[in-house]
Amino acid sequence: MPSIHLDNLVKRYGEVEVLHGIELEMADNEFTVLVGPSGCGKSTTLRMIAGLETVSDREIWVGGEPVSHLEPKERDLAMVFQDYALYPHMNVAQNISFALRLQRRPKPEIDQKVREVADMVGLTEFLHRKPGALSGGQRQRVAMARALAKDSGIFLFDEPLSNLDAKLRGQMRAELALMSQRVEKNMIYVTHDQIEAMTLADRIVVMHGGYIQQQGSPEDLFKRPVNKFVAGFLGSPPMNFLDGEIEERDGRAFVVGDGFALALEGEAAASAKGHSDRQVTLGIRPSDLRHDADAPPEAALSLDVMVSEYIGSQSVLLCECGGAKVMVEMNSENRVGLGQTLNFAVSGRGIHLFDRKSEAAIH
Amino acid sequence: MADAALTTSSSSTARQAQRNRALSLNRLTPYMFMAPAVFIMAIALLYPLGYMVWGSFRDWDPSQTIGEAEFVGLKNYITLWGDPNFRESLWVTLKFAFFVVTFEMVIGVGLALLLDRNIRGMSALRTMFILPMMIAPVVVGLMWRYMYHPTVGTFNRTLDGLGLPTVDWLGQHALMSVIIADIWQWTPFIFILALAALQSLPRSALEAARIDGATAWQQIWYIKLPLMLPVLIVTGLLRLIDAFKVLEVILVMTEGGPGLSTEILALRISRTATEFRELGVAAAMSNYLLLLLLALTMGMFAFTRWQEARAARVRMAAEEDS
Ligand SMILES: Nc1ncnc2c1ncn2[C@@H]1O[C@H](COP(=O)(O)OP(=O)(O)OP(=O)(O)O)[C@@H](O)[C@H]1O
Ligand SMILES: [Mg+2]
Repeated sequence: MPSIHLDNLVKRYGEVEVLHGIELEMADNEFTVLVGPSGCGKSTTLRMIAGLETVSDREIWVGGEPVSHLEPKERDLAMVFQDYALYPHMNVAQNISFALRLQRRPKPEIDQKVREVADMVGLTEFLHRKPGALSGGQRQRVAMARALAKDSGIFLFDEPLSNLDAKLRGQMRAELALMSQRVEKNMIYVTHDQIEAMTLADRIVVMHGGYIQQQGSPEDLFKRPVNKFVAGFLGSPPMNFLDGEIEERDGRAFVVGDGFALALEGEAAASAKGHSDRQVTLGIRPSDLRHDADAPPEAALSLDVMVSEYIGSQSVLLCECGGAKVMVEMNSENRVGLGQTLNFAVSGRGIHLFDRKSEAAIH
Repeated sequence: MADAALTTSSSSTARQAQRNRALSLNRLTPYMFMAPAVFIMAIALLYPLGYMVWGSFRDWDPSQTIGEAEFVGLKNYITLWGDPNFRESLWVTLKFAFFVVTFEMVIGVGLALLLDRNIRGMSALRTMFILPMMIAPVVVGLMWRYMYHPTVGTFNRTLDGLGLPTVDWLGQHALMSVIIADIWQWTPFIFILALAALQSLPRSALEAARIDGATAWQQIWYIKLPLMLPVLIVTGLLRLIDAFKVLEVILVMTEGGPGLSTEILALRISRTATEFRELGVAAAMSNYLLLLLLALTMGMFAFTRWQEARAARVRMAAEEDS
């Protein structure tokens, strides 16, 4: 299936520039997820690829050809909309077969295709119903089936699961992951839900304010975020941030803040020493804090427990360190009293440092 | 023992009855609130209607009160049915209504489809299009009468200037001319309603159609028109009812002439009442018109009801199949 290249795409609405140069390569059969907070320009990017929005500047390349002057129907793509965008006056079968009927394919072939995709998404019983008589999850499946029936090389999704309840969303997410392995297509998926992004993506593109912040594999982004925004956006519960300063004591590098002084090891120590500005933000994921009463102070945070949220086998503790709030994940077996002060070991790998002013990661 | 059981059961039935009374009172509440409005409506609507029906059974001269007029039963209705002038008038009305509504629907919906886009100046253009509707019908009639004037009218002067033969607008082609004037005035009505219907269509469904490969025509044909259909049916029905009752414009332009060529029913009714001084016959004629419109409306409702029922049947059958 064709590769897609967004060459520094710019989008303006009148005077307002909402996308400031989106540079992106999407290879064959890749599942790319655009993720970011509301209003960051994900939908706009997707709609420009689809041809529903004009390109203000630069070009979109599909399979080596410029496409920004083409109509949506000339771009060989299928799209699933957030509100599903079904044709209300057509039944499920007619919805699914609309594109094929427009192409004047022979009737047996159309029927065959409709049955095939309806079977794939589990809609066979509902082929003669109008969308109005379907539940939200079923409508979502119709939208998916309609896109699948087209057999186009590029598959676009704009927050297709956001109107479903939590349970159904989880279920559809799993089905989608399964489907993406079965069909060989270039998929671009927009969401503001970082869990969807992490579970589905071959590659995540984190956007913020009309800029791409970082792109890479989910693991890459989770382990090596390039800045504080990406670090805080991915992962749940989110990364904790503490203000600190780099200090050298006896030749070792420390990050020192209100209520903690952590020693830096290996690479982190080297890059911290090399960094010009002493003012940093320390980032630690809740999962990188491990309860350990005996951990030495230069490798531990001492936290006052304020709130404990029970969420099953794990509990999330909201604690305080100096003036800052810190979240910790802990096995629910250990009952923790509120107001207690506990010692949490920090592994060397769990420490992320960001420049306080530019918010860029210090590597 | 048995006694005790009896008393408890009787007390429980008493409680049941009490609850039933409370329930039925509850159910009546909305009707009680509606009662005053229904009462006023009944008087305001039904009294004049009943008066007209009552009058249509009498040989009634405007100088008499309705009580003095002689009761003649269905005579007025039967006479009318045999009256070639009435039949001619009915035929003219049907032709007028058919052409007017057909053209207005086609042009109005067409314009709406054409102007449903966000280009600069479009809102000014739209406002201009609906101006004719705001002009008083008498003025419209006068205006068109002058424009149609055989020698000094705009049309014939223009045709003459271009070296073309002039047209006998309000003579030989009176009905056509009257139809054109009505189309000019009332197409905007269809236009604004169709435009409103268009702009409330689900935008993403149209975008999905574009991605599915529908051309502009196919979008109109397969998506826009079917989705607008309920609004269009009601709009067409409203126009049809109105077209059957049109009076002022034609009165001013042709007074029904030449001959009976533009004498639509409303005009004939008014002439029967004022010129021929036959209130009973005029009332009977109004009732024929009323019945015709009623039949049309009911037919339309029955049609949509039937369509829905058929869709439901298809759905049911399909569900049983699977
Ligand atoms: N038609 C428009 N005119 C002007 N500004 C627009 C228009 N459409 C979108 N924008 C702006 O462009 C920016 C990006 O919008 P977009 O819809 O792409 O956001 P998004 O990332 O999809 O957000 P969400 O998660 O809420 O859907 C927003 O700031 C929005 O206000
Ligand atoms: Mg969006």
